[in-house]
Order: sequence, then C-alpha cells, then structure tokens
Amino acid sequence: MSDLFDILLSVSFWAAAIRIASPLIFATMGELICERAGVLNLGIEGIMVIGAFAGWMAVYLGAPLWLGVTAAMAAGMLFGLLHATLTVPFGLSQHVVGLGVTMLATATSYFVYRLALPEVTSPPKITPFAPMDLPVLSDIPFLGPVLFQQTALTWAALICAGLVGFVLFRTPLGLAVRAAGENPAAVEAQGLSVTGLRMGAVVVGSGLMAVGGSFLTLSAFSSFFFEMVNGRGWICIALVVFGAWRPGKAVLGALLFAAFDALQIRLQQTPLGAHLPYQVFLMAPYLLSILALILMSRRAEVPAALMVPYRKGER
Amino acid sequence: MSDPRDLVMRLDRITKRFGALTANDAISLTLRRGEVVALLGENGAGKTTLMNILFGHYVADDGRVEVFGEPLPPGNPRAALAAGVGMVHQHFTLADNLTVLDNIRLGTESLFSRGASRATARARVEALSRDFGLAVHPDARVGSLTVGERQRVEILKALYRNARILILDEPTAVLTPQEAEALFATLRRAIAQGLSILFISHKLHEVMAIADRCVVLRHGKVVGEVATAETSGAELAAMMVGGEIALPEARPATAGKVLMRLDGVTTPDKGAAPGLKRVTLDLRAGEIVGLAGVSGNGQAALADLISGLILPGSGSVSMDGPLARWSPREAIRQGIARIPEDRHKTGTIADFTLTENAVLEGYWQTGFSKAGLMDWRAAESFAEGIIAAYDVRCPGPAARIRLLSGGNMQKLILGRVLEPGPKIILANQPVRGLDVGAIAYVQSRLIAARDGGAAVLLISEDLDEIMGLADVIHVMSEGRLSPGFARGSKTAAELGLWMAGQGFDHAA
Amino acid sequence: MRLDPIAAPPLSRQIGLPALALVATLLVAMALALIAGADPLATLGLIAKGAFGSKFAALETLNRATPLIFTGLAVAVAFRAKLWNIGAEAQLYAGAIVAVLLGTGALGAPLVLPVSALAAMLAGALVLLGPVVLKTRLGVDEVVTTLLLNFVMLLFVSYLLEGPMKDPMGMGWPKSPALIKEARLPRIVDGLRLHWGFALALIAAVVVWVIQSRTTLGFEMRAVGQNREAARFAGMPVNVVLVKTALLSGGLAALAGWSEVAGLKGHLSSDLSPGFGYTGIIVAMLALLHPLSVVLSALFVAAIFVGSDSMSRAAGVPTYIADMLLATALLFMVLALMLTRYRVVWK
Repeated sequence: MSDLFDILLSVSFWAAAIRIASPLIFATMGELICERAGVLNLGIEGIMVIGAFAGWMAVYLGAPLWLGVTAAMAAGMLFGLLHATLTVPFGLSQHVVGLGVTMLATATSYFVYRLALPEVTSPPKITPFAPMDLPVLSDIPFLGPVLFQQTALTWAALICAGLVGFVLFRTPLGLAVRAAGENPAAVEAQGLSVTGLRMGAVVVGSGLMAVGGSFLTLSAFSSFFFEMVNGRGWICIALVVFGAWRPGKAVLGALLFAAFDALQIRLQQTPLGAHLPYQVFLMAPYLLSILALILMSRRAEVPAALMVPYRKGER
Repeated sequence: MSDPRDLVMRLDRITKRFGALTANDAISLTLRRGEVVALLGENGAGKTTLMNILFGHYVADDGRVEVFGEPLPPGNPRAALAAGVGMVHQHFTLADNLTVLDNIRLGTESLFSRGASRATARARVEALSRDFGLAVHPDARVGSLTVGERQRVEILKALYRNARILILDEPTAVLTPQEAEALFATLRRAIAQGLSILFISHKLHEVMAIADRCVVLRHGKVVGEVATAETSGAELAAMMVGGEIALPEARPATAGKVLMRLDGVTTPDKGAAPGLKRVTLDLRAGEIVGLAGVSGNGQAALADLISGLILPGSGSVSMDGPLARWSPREAIRQGIARIPEDRHKTGTIADFTLTENAVLEGYWQTGFSKAGLMDWRAAESFAEGIIAAYDVRCPGPAARIRLLSGGNMQKLILGRVLEPGPKIILANQPVRGLDVGAIAYVQSRLIAARDGGAAVLLISEDLDEIMGLADVIHVMSEGRLSPGFARGSKTAAELGLWMAGQGFDHAA
Repeated sequence: MRLDPIAAPPLSRQIGLPALALVATLLVAMALALIAGADPLATLGLIAKGAFGSKFAALETLNRATPLIFTGLAVAVAFRAKLWNIGAEAQLYAGAIVAVLLGTGALGAPLVLPVSALAAMLAGALVLLGPVVLKTRLGVDEVVTTLLLNFVMLLFVSYLLEGPMKDPMGMGWPKSPALIKEARLPRIVDGLRLHWGFALALIAAVVVWVIQSRTTLGFEMRAVGQNREAARFAGMPVNVVLVKTALLSGGLAALAGWSEVAGLKGHLSSDLSPGFGYTGIIVAMLALLHPLSVVLSALFVAAIFVGSDSMSRAAGVPTYIADMLLATALLFMVLALMLTRYRVVWK
C-alpha cells in the first residue's frame, strides 16, 4: 500500500503520465474531429504507424525535428484523403475501409522501412525532442518538473486539444463540422457541402493522428520498430467515446488512462509486481479501455449521423 | 399587378425524368411580389421533384429558373439561398442535438471567419421571432421542440438569411388545424412585408384559405392555373385527380365481438415521441377503427404495441383472455396482420427477393421450413400466389424488391399479411406516398377484409382518409386517446380540436 | 460527383468490376516492384512460382490457406449479419490453447481429436460472446472491443507460455509442450506435407454455405445483416441471431488456431499466427462474403504470402509487399462492389 502512495506522490510518475498521454491526445483529437463530422476512422492505428515512421524517417535522413513532425502529418493526411475519398463521396463501409487503410498504412511503413534499411537488425536511433527547460517555471517544486520539463511536442498536444475545442465549439467552421455529423441534410439545406466538410475533417483528423504517431519516434523511443503503436489507435477510439465526443473530457480521459498506464509500469517494480505475472499489467490498458466503453455506453451522446453515409437527394 | 418588375420568380418549361418516368413535364410558373401561389397536386404528381429542382438538390433535364430576373444556376442550393430563396422542407432539415440558434446560424457566416458574436445573432433571431410571430427559444435544443416549433425554426432559418421567396412543402401535414392557422398568420405577415410564397399542398381547403392563385399539377404536368377567388374546391379537386377519383364505396359496418382490448395501457415515452397514456381501446370484428392525429402523438407507440415490438408498462392487452407473452412473432401467431408505416425501412428488405420478403415473417412456420431447413420451393409458390392475387407488377419472384414501385411493394406486404387470414389488421399509413390507383386498391382490400370479419385499425395523418374509411374514429394527442366517434358524428374542425389536445381534460 | 443506383446491374458489371479490381492490384504490385528496383514482370513471375512452382510450394500454399479459410469464413459469417468481428485473432488463439490443453495427454485416442475440436470451437465462441453481449445489452461497439481483446489474448498466451503452459524441455523458449501423437491431425496423403485441417476447412466452407442458403438461421442472419429494423419487425429474435452468429463465427476462427496446432505446428507459441485473424477480413471481403468463394480467396491470399516470401529472397523486394497488395486488393474490391450497383455521374 505504501508503495502505491510513494508512486502517486512521485514527480516521475506524473511526468510520465503526461508524457504517455501526449500521443494519445493528438490521435484522440484527430479521431474526435472525424467522428464529429460523422466518419468513424478505423484507419487510426495504421495512420499512427505511418506517422511514427514518416516522422522518424525524415529526421533520420537529416531533416530537423519539426520537419519530421510535418512529414508525419503530411503522410497521415495522405492516408486520410484515401479514407475520406472512399467513405465520403463513395459512401463505402467505414468499418471495412478503415481496417483496409490501417493495413495499407502499416504495410507501407514496413515496406519502405525494409526497402530503405534492408540490412538493419537493431533499429537506428535519432536525437529526439529534448525536454524544454523553461527558466523559473521548471523550478517550481513538483509542478515544475511535471509540467515544464516536457518536450515541445507534449505542449503542442495540449495546445492542439485547446485549439480543436475552440474551433469545434466557437467558430462557424466547427458548427458546420458538428452539424455534418448530426444531420447532413441540414448542412446541405444551408448551402454547405457535406462532402467537403467531412473530407476536410477526415484529412485534418488523420494528420493529427499521424502527429500522435510521430510522438512515439520523435519524442519517446527515438527509433522506429515494428508493432510500436501496439493498439494505441484502438485505445484512442475508446477514449473518444469515454470523452463523450468532447475535447476537454477526452483529454482528461487520456490523462487518466496514461496515469493508469504509468502506474502499472511502476507497480511491476513493487512486491505486488513480483506476485503477479507482468502480462497482467500489460493487459491493463486494453481492459481499462473496454471498461471505459462499458461505463459510457448508456450516457454517451453519439453524433447522430456517425457512420451514416450521405448521398445527395436520398433520404 | 402586371408590372414585370413585380415578377420575382419564373419557372420556364422545367422537365425532369427518372428513367422512364417523367416527374416534371415542361412546368412553367410565375410568382409575383407579395403573392401566394399554391402548387396543388396529388401524391406523386411531381410537386416534391419540382421543389428539389428549385432548391438545387436535383438538376433539371431541361428548362430554367429565374429569380429576380437572373437565371439560377442549376444544382446549387447555395445559389438559391443567395438569390433569396428560402425553403421549408416537409422533412425538416434540422440537427436535433444542436440549439435553435446554432441551427439558424449554420452556414450563414464564412466558415473560416470568427463569426458574429452569439449575442448579436440571438438578438436578430429574437427580433425576427417577434416580427413574424414565431415564438421559439433560441437556446433550446431542437430535439426537445414540438413539431410546430421545429417548423418555426425552419421558417426562421429562411428569414435570418433575408429570404424574399419562401417555398413551403406540405407545411401543414404535421400540424393540427389550429397550428396551421398560426402558420397562416405568420405567412400573412410575411406577405405584408413584401415576401412571396410558393405553397405546396394537396389539401384543398388550405389552398383556398391562403393562396391568391393555384397551379394544379397532375402526372408531372400543369393541368390548370386559376385565381383562387374564381374557383371552388370541387373544381380544383376535379383538376387534381382528373376524374380518376375512386374512393371505395364503404358499406356500413356490422361490428361483431371484441377481438382485442386495450385497458388503461401506458407505455414509456421514447425520446421526444410520447408513449401511450392510459389508453383504452376496443377493436371489433367487422369494424374499421380510424386513428386520427398529428404524427408524433403516440401513434407510433400504439402501432409498436400492437405489432409486438413493445410491452405495456401498465394496463392490460387482451385477445381471448389476457396475453401471456408478447413479441412480434407472438402477434403474428395470434393472427395480427401488420402493415408498417415505413415499407422501405421496416416492411421489406431491399436486397431480398420477393420470395424472401414474402416469407419474411412466416418463414418459421411449417410449410415454409422443417427442422430449421427452408423449403424455398414452397416459399416461391407462396410469393407467386401473392403476385397473382394482389396484382404485384414485377419481373418475377426472384427479383429484388428494391426494383418495385411503392405501390407494388405495398401490395406484396398486403399479400404477405392478409393471405394467412388475419383476425386483426394494423394498417399504419397504408397509402402514404402511393399513386391514386394503388391507394384505391389498398383501401378496397382493407374494406374487403373488414367485410370478411377482420378488425381493422387504420392509423393516418390524413383526416380525409380517416373520415372516408373509418367506422369509428379516435383521436390521439400527446399519447392520450379520445373516445370513439361514430362515422359522420364529428366535423373535421371538431376532430381538429381534439387533435390539438382540447376535450381530453373533460373526458379523462 | 453523384452516384446513381443501377436498378438491375448486368452480369458483365457484376463480374467485370471485381475482376478489374484484381487486375488493378497486380498493376500496383508491378509498380511496387519497380519502386523496389526489381523487374515488375519478373517479380510477379517469382511470386507465382513461389506459390505454385513446385509440389513443395503448392503444398505450402495449401497449408497457409487452411487457417485463412477458417478465419475468412468466421469473418464472412459475422459480416453477413453486420456483426463486426475483428477479433478472429483472439478467437484463433483460444482454439490453439484448447488444442494444447486437451492434446498433451489429458485425453487419449480416439476421443481427443473430436473432443478438442469441439472444445476449441466453444472456447472461440465464448471469446466473441463477451463483446456481442456487451453490444446487444449495452450497445457497446463490438469493433473496438474485439480489437482490444486481440491484444489481451496475445498477452494471455504469452503468460501461459512463460508460466503454466511452458514446455519444461523448451530450453527457455516460450512455447508449449508438444501434442501427443493421437492429438495430431494426420496427413491426407502419406509423405505429402498437407494435413487433414485443410480438408476440414473445405468441409466447413460447405457447411457454412448450407447454413446460409438453406436454413432458417441463415435466412435470419442475412436478414439481420441487411436490415435489422425490418428483421425485428418481422419477428426475428435479432439478439439471439447475433449471439448464434457470434458462436458460429468465433467457433470457426478457433478452428484456425486448433488446426494450426494440431495439424501443422504440434505445439503453441506466441508467433503461431502472423495475423491470420486480420487477414481473414481480407479473405472474406475478396470472397464477397460468400462461403464457397472464401476457399478460392484464401488460396489467392495464401499464394501472395507464400509467393512473396520466396520472391523476396530471390529479388530483394521486401516481403511486406504482400501485405500492401492485400490491403490494396481489399480497398479496390469494396470500391468495385459498390460500383457494380451505382454509376458514377460527374457533372
């Protein structure tokens, strides 16, 4: 028990929680935008992979870190465009297309990686984002190291979430996107293009997912390896539901989730960890996500037109 | 009046074909400033198609639309809005989870701008509400509004965009007669402010009450154009149906014993749709009970209950004694024929064949299957029987049902439920959206079933249909059921008061 | 751009467009080969040769197709009823675990094979039952739950292989003890490396086809998939149908794992499946969800995998070309399917 308190009171635990949450926040915001516009994007897992890969590859080839993030975003938007084209104007099953995009994006990453580095056995490292050491602020006891010694990408994640919330709920564009996910006929009747709004949302959302992926290579692990995304995309879909399609709640959900993740890693080092097989701890994030879905199942306000393709003139 | 500058909209030989069907055949029409023109026609006459062309949802194959002297680019709702055309659709185009204000503002500001402040927008909406008598709270969630309030939001949407021409598609279909009066008052204010109105309807008395001029459509063609002052309802009716009118002659009923009794039945509300509130109702052999009322007043709950989809929350349902179990299959087993409200979504499976649709609810009965194995040959001969006996026009039993017209689809459903010889028939909006011929056919089948001793419950929003067919009329309002009124004992206006909810307080 | 429905699509369109999708996939394959610096045509030739070029290669392809037929059927059955079972991978491992549990001495001949097959199906069915009950009772989307369970199951297998199911003679490798001889599926023909699992997969395809086209359950599953509201109105017990579908789907996926252990590998390790469960989705979609076509499409998919492995060694094109091609084929195929029923109108 005292182990638990030690962990919960430690700076490193909270710093880790925020670090772990960062890629999830990016990708959850991306998925949230798509779903608010009415499109379920199951391409998220693969788009995170391609983001992780493209960002790393660019930096490995000599690009500055921010250019790596940009490359990741561009790759994500490309696969987002594929997803959007197939699901929006063509109205194909969002389930099947999403899984297809995940498979294609993942395979593309692995294919190009092997093509570029055929001989490599241990993945090469790049120099990742360094923690920002903000003067004064980072010297605040406890809060300083937890909040102000994170990398710039973590801050970008938090800013991004604020921006998404602002655009969705405080601008005409956000209103139009949300309306496209609630009743596309209403959007069309007001002279706006449902196709344009939904495609735009999917492309931009996919860009954010890819940035989330690039956090893994550019800020967390410094190298690209297979299966590194490891279901994080699916977890983000659960987080969108858990956050009731609201950016603020989704960020809280991501932080909560990351805190549990950071906790299970630390609990493995305690006497409790010695008693339980480590796989039990590793299962926790997935089981937690399922639990979140169950808890929210009765309450969540799903966008009314989520997964409903829209064809002009059809009712 | 004939000043050409007064001309605000002109349709010139609009033509639209869907495959072999010509939905609009060279339709021409003009609308002047401050004028109400009614576009009158039966279901399927081409009114809605014309609307959709006007508003840019469809592109006409031929012809042109001019607004204020400028041609309107086809297929572009945005251009129609910009030209000052506002449209109130029959099926509202509102997002339920957004507020009234958000629904009105949607698409009115440049997407990539910050947008006007909420306070400014709200002040404008409130001013418009006041000026046109359209009371509705700007911050209410649309999903929580009544149908009448939603229609007000639709009109506000158009006014907020400074529409100069309002097009209303069957605006009163969802309103009580009293709500319709309030709508007319709003429209008169709009005319006084110089707006022009195109009013689409198939209800003669409304058209007579509000329109200056009537344009009558039949089979996609303009068959007449008259000033309202110079015509009569009878003349318009004759133009509309062109002598095809064939309301089946209903012989007086000889009611027999009670086949189903609802006693004080209450069901839970379902979102905005009210459930039943202590409803007591008898369905008797050889009698058509008509259920009138504005849609969304509990008819769906009653239909779901009798269909077996929901259980009574309290109160009892009995058929030859109380019901022990209740489900759709149990309803079928008890001899209830169910004609659902929406034949596309609920009544049929579009990509199934006629055979598969014919046995959709009876496939488990011996004769169609044995020990879990389907007997497709028996199913097909059943379908062939229906096709022959009910005059279903189709390529054959193996065709997918999505290829059929609404009328033929409805005939197949009719055959499916009537062939087993049901005791009770639930007909929920059985003729909505059908052409005149199919309407007469479906109605005559229902009367024949009644004469054969079945109890019929006919649910319809169309008061004329109810008054023409039903032996006993009940009215529903907010889940409550009025007492039964014998055929001819109440006028439409009197029934309208019940539809608006008056009378229940005394009756309850 | 607008899509106009085609009332009665001609047969040429119904066959031509899916065929075109496959041709387009081959073109993508050649483009990828070019990018990798290989001769496009030669690469295709090497893939074909690697898959069917020798008796050994062909048998390898058939062996690889076996689990794919099972998972393809599992997905096809579920998707037909619009039950989005993306968890075939987890169900596969459930079947594999049972094969080891009952096949390492707990049961002897002649009971062990039939009993462990049935028990495996039951285990797979149970794994899918959870998400389906969550769906029918609470409305929890089964896509995400089945996906997440795949990860949980893999960790569970890893735990078993490092704990209770660890092979004491495994020299530290995380693998299970070997199955007893009686618990192994025999070879169809002596001397040929093809086990009875393949024959069983073919039988399963026929059985599923009969269920779908000839039984009331099949009729219900199709109706529920096409239009849930109409099925409910017509008196079909929609939730019961979904549960039955789940049992069948989970059971089929479990047979994939069971037959891999009992037929091919003889033991369980955590690399038993290189994503057979996910690939089942591709197999099912390429087969247009038709159970008999699943066999053909599984052979096609297996050939791409086996052929690419061998081509990769010869031509140096990364073996991940197979995954890219199959994902491309999947997307082309769903597009082609839609275009058989809608005409694109550019205006």
